[in-house]
Amino acid sequence: MNTLVRENRSSATNGERAAEQFITPAATVLENADGYTLEVETPGVNKESLEMWVENNELTILGRRSLPAVEGTLLHRESRSENFRRTFELDPSIDAEKISAKIEQGVVSLTLPKAEQVKPRKIAVV
Amino acid sequence: MSLIRYQTPGPVRWSSLNRWANLRDDLDSLLELPFLNGGSPQAPLFPGWTPALDLYQNNDNFVAIVELPGMRKEDIEISLHDGTLTIGGERKSETRKEGDSATRTERFTGKFRRTVTLPTRVEANKVNAIYKDGILTVTLPKAEEAKPKQIQVNVS
Repeated sequence: MNTLVRENRSSATNGERAAEQFITPAATVLENADGYTLEVETPGVNKESLEMWVENNELTILGRRSLPAVEGTLLHRESRSENFRRTFELDPSIDAEKISAKIEQGVVSLTLPKAEQVKPRKIAVV
Repeated sequence: MSLIRYQTPGPVRWSSLNRWANLRDDLDSLLELPFLNGGSPQAPLFPGWTPALDLYQNNDNFVAIVELPGMRKEDIEISLHDGTLTIGGERKSETRKEGDSATRTERFTGKFRRTVTLPTRVEANKVNAIYKDGILTVTLPKAEEAKPKQIQVNVS
């Protein structure tokens, strides 16, 4: 099972965070020879309200959402106000130093390159 | 937002925006879904995408807020017909390249459509939509005759 960016559901949370309820955002993981691409849906989150960190080989994405403030009466509601949080266990092949991320229209895209030594390499026959 | 189609509003239909009555039917039909799906194990359990939609009203406007992360604004279509607002579109997968294999696919790609029957008439040509941080905000000004009016009490 070393070909996955695995989700870690049992990640330890510190006291303050454990009290807060989070939404687990939808995510897509793509893999190719160079690394992984992780896309996480966080509508209502922007660059300023997005936090990401790697700790103990786990990547955590925390997005605080700000929904447009509307004056008036709510007639119908389907959205949820909780923030987004999700933790992924990083595959050992990933070079954590080289992870990069961007956020565009509420989707966080992370590029997680594989370390040079694990990339497939052709061996020339001399 | 390239397309706000104007269509002559017909007779105003009153419809309860409260979906609880429908929700029960939705749940019932969900439970009756044939999970076999033609025997194809790849077929998704929920073949569609139903973006979350909130609807507000104040004295002057209805405001619809829809969560549409990762769209291009050209791919969002908004139309108004007979007092029914329809928000639809298609999300395309752009990041996936040849040689990529998906190890987890939770994000939906494809078409979606949401419709809302507005309780009162709106000014179809003054509808305004903003797409920011993956959230679409559609503001629909109420027609003059639908706005609440203060009636002055004259004391003689």
